[in-house]
Amino acid sequence: MSTLTKPIPYDEVRRDLWRPLSGASPTYLITLLVLSAVVLWGLCAWGYQLYEGIGVAGIRRPVFWGFYLVNFVFWIGISHAGTLISAILRLTDADWRKPVTRAAEAITVFALMIGGLFPIIHLGRAWLFFWLFPYPNSRLLWPNFRSPLLWDVTAISTYLTGSTIYLFLPLIPDVAQLGRHATGWRRRLYRMLSLGWTGSDQQWHALERAMKLMAATILAVAVSVHTVVSWDFSMSIAPMWHSTIFGPYFVVGAIFSGIAALLIVMSILRKTLHLEQYLTPHHFNNLAKLLLLMSLLWFYFTTAEHLTVWYGNEPKEMNVFGARVRGPFAPYFWTMVFCNFVVPFVLLGIKKLRTITTATIASITVLIGMWLERFLIIIPTLSFGRLPAAWGRYSPTWVEVSITCATFAAMGVLYLLFSKLFPIVSVWEFEPHQGPDA
Amino acid sequence: MTDTNQPTHRWGMAIDLDRCTGCQACVAACHAENNLPLSDPESAAKGRAVHWIRVDRYYEGEFPNIRVKHMPVLCQQCDEAPCEAVCPVYATYKNPEGLNVQVYNRCVGTRYCANNCPYSVRFFNWFDPVWPEPLELQHNPDVSIRMGGVMEKCTFCIQRIKRAETEAKGENRAVADGEVQPACVQSCPAEAMVFGDLNDPESKVSRMAASGRSTRLLEELGTEPKVFYLTRAT
Repeated sequence: MSTLTKPIPYDEVRRDLWRPLSGASPTYLITLLVLSAVVLWGLCAWGYQLYEGIGVAGIRRPVFWGFYLVNFVFWIGISHAGTLISAILRLTDADWRKPVTRAAEAITVFALMIGGLFPIIHLGRAWLFFWLFPYPNSRLLWPNFRSPLLWDVTAISTYLTGSTIYLFLPLIPDVAQLGRHATGWRRRLYRMLSLGWTGSDQQWHALERAMKLMAATILAVAVSVHTVVSWDFSMSIAPMWHSTIFGPYFVVGAIFSGIAALLIVMSILRKTLHLEQYLTPHHFNNLAKLLLLMSLLWFYFTTAEHLTVWYGNEPKEMNVFGARVRGPFAPYFWTMVFCNFVVPFVLLGIKKLRTITTATIASITVLIGMWLERFLIIIPTLSFGRLPAAWGRYSPTWVEVSITCATFAAMGVLYLLFSKLFPIVSVWEFEPHQGPDA
Repeated sequence: MTDTNQPTHRWGMAIDLDRCTGCQACVAACHAENNLPLSDPESAAKGRAVHWIRVDRYYEGEFPNIRVKHMPVLCQQCDEAPCEAVCPVYATYKNPEGLNVQVYNRCVGTRYCANNCPYSVRFFNWFDPVWPEPLELQHNPDVSIRMGGVMEKCTFCIQRIKRAETEAKGENRAVADGEVQPACVQSCPAEAMVFGDLNDPESKVSRMAASGRSTRLLEELGTEPKVFYLTRAT
């Protein structure tokens, strides 16, 4: 327990971490209500789009992909918070991870649920999305496995399944404990979810093995998922999409934005649930350093990507490059560089400035910057294609903006509900002698 | 006796840019033939207009010594079509005669094909199409109406190809050179466009494709287009 100044008595831990599960403050209810209203508004916008046709969005020829795909890549990126961070920390036995992992794993599952919706929202005929799944059908056709979109479907459904299991496994001992203490419907729910957990040696061994195995597996899946997402772009022959660097570039960007999302969630949880004893400055310091590292890596990749294009000076690529760094997209580009590199570098690179507040501020700018990064990867390439006669500019409509806002609200709603049902910090891991030799 | 089930044709087009005046007759003819959805000025300004063939204009020189180059651009019917591989539901694929065809009923509207088409010749139905009365009465019965949410593009007037092939088969003869004419070719007043079988070395299109002026649009991408442009000599 190098991280905690003094070990907290287990009874106190349990009291602290179970407290948020009962009752609901007016602030909680109002926040939940407001966010739900935004989600509802977004659903109405989607309904309107389904009814009228996808044309109510701002996408057009030649920018056939717009906000929806930006959000898709963004949210899949956020989903890398949980699995990667918690799996790496679990596998390396980093003891300080304990209060952090569940919060991170929950982000993963919710971000995937949200991100995975966007490829469906953006379809011209969304109600036929299941045609992308391989099942025996009246069309007597398999889906086309040469299409990166099919790889997406495969990767994301694997990842969602895997990360749900990965979130669930460490939850079992907690819900078992809760099941013994709760009453009413909660008792039934927790008992059902605990899958008959009694805490026998055999069960502990099985759980340990399963968690180790899932941690190792989910790492590989997470890396491959965002690589596959990047291949949606780099497998095409569009200028500045067709790039070998995209796989690792997207993975780094995903972990980067994932850590930022985790830091924001952690600082909100710390404030609202009074978890100051559990989410200590030490955790924020460690994660902030990790965020700084990812910021540097992101900067390295961005530089490598743009320098080679600029030096190569190939006209078609330069059209897109020019649009990004000095053309119509330049304000977004330089805002992105500022948000993703300058802010984290200054606030987190200088030791004196690195506090919980600055780490949160840097995380917010990183999220803005990373959203812009996805926008800048998708839109300029499509706007400035190979034939100048077919160039065109894109701007979103209220439908796309509403749905985008709704997804951020949906993240809030899911998180609020989750933290009301389950302890957001793993309780059993604080038990002094948890495990088979207890 | 040749087996008539074997594909014997490889349809292609040659466009002589020396002859093209940019009159847009091909665009109008294509609209009438293929039941293309109409667009108003607002939706056209939004980039929602559908033209399976369009006339790109490029300007050379400085005013007043300016010269306009016209280039009709339609689906290039690539042998190595970038749009085909990326479609997750096989809505676009290569038919036995080498045509890149779009199956509207299979399309779910990912629009990936359009993004991966370097020629920007693929069009999306943003809404269900509507025709103001009585224009729906002039629809071509040989061409299906496309619903909202699916891609569409130039088919080389496949309905005309099929009709010519069926007629020729019924009369137990080969399709003659020049017998099939897509709407754009038929209506070109300058006779800049020629359509025919690239498998027949004597066809007019083959001879034009073999011309020293012949080039293909963005052929450096390796897409192997079947539309040949004869560059301007003057």
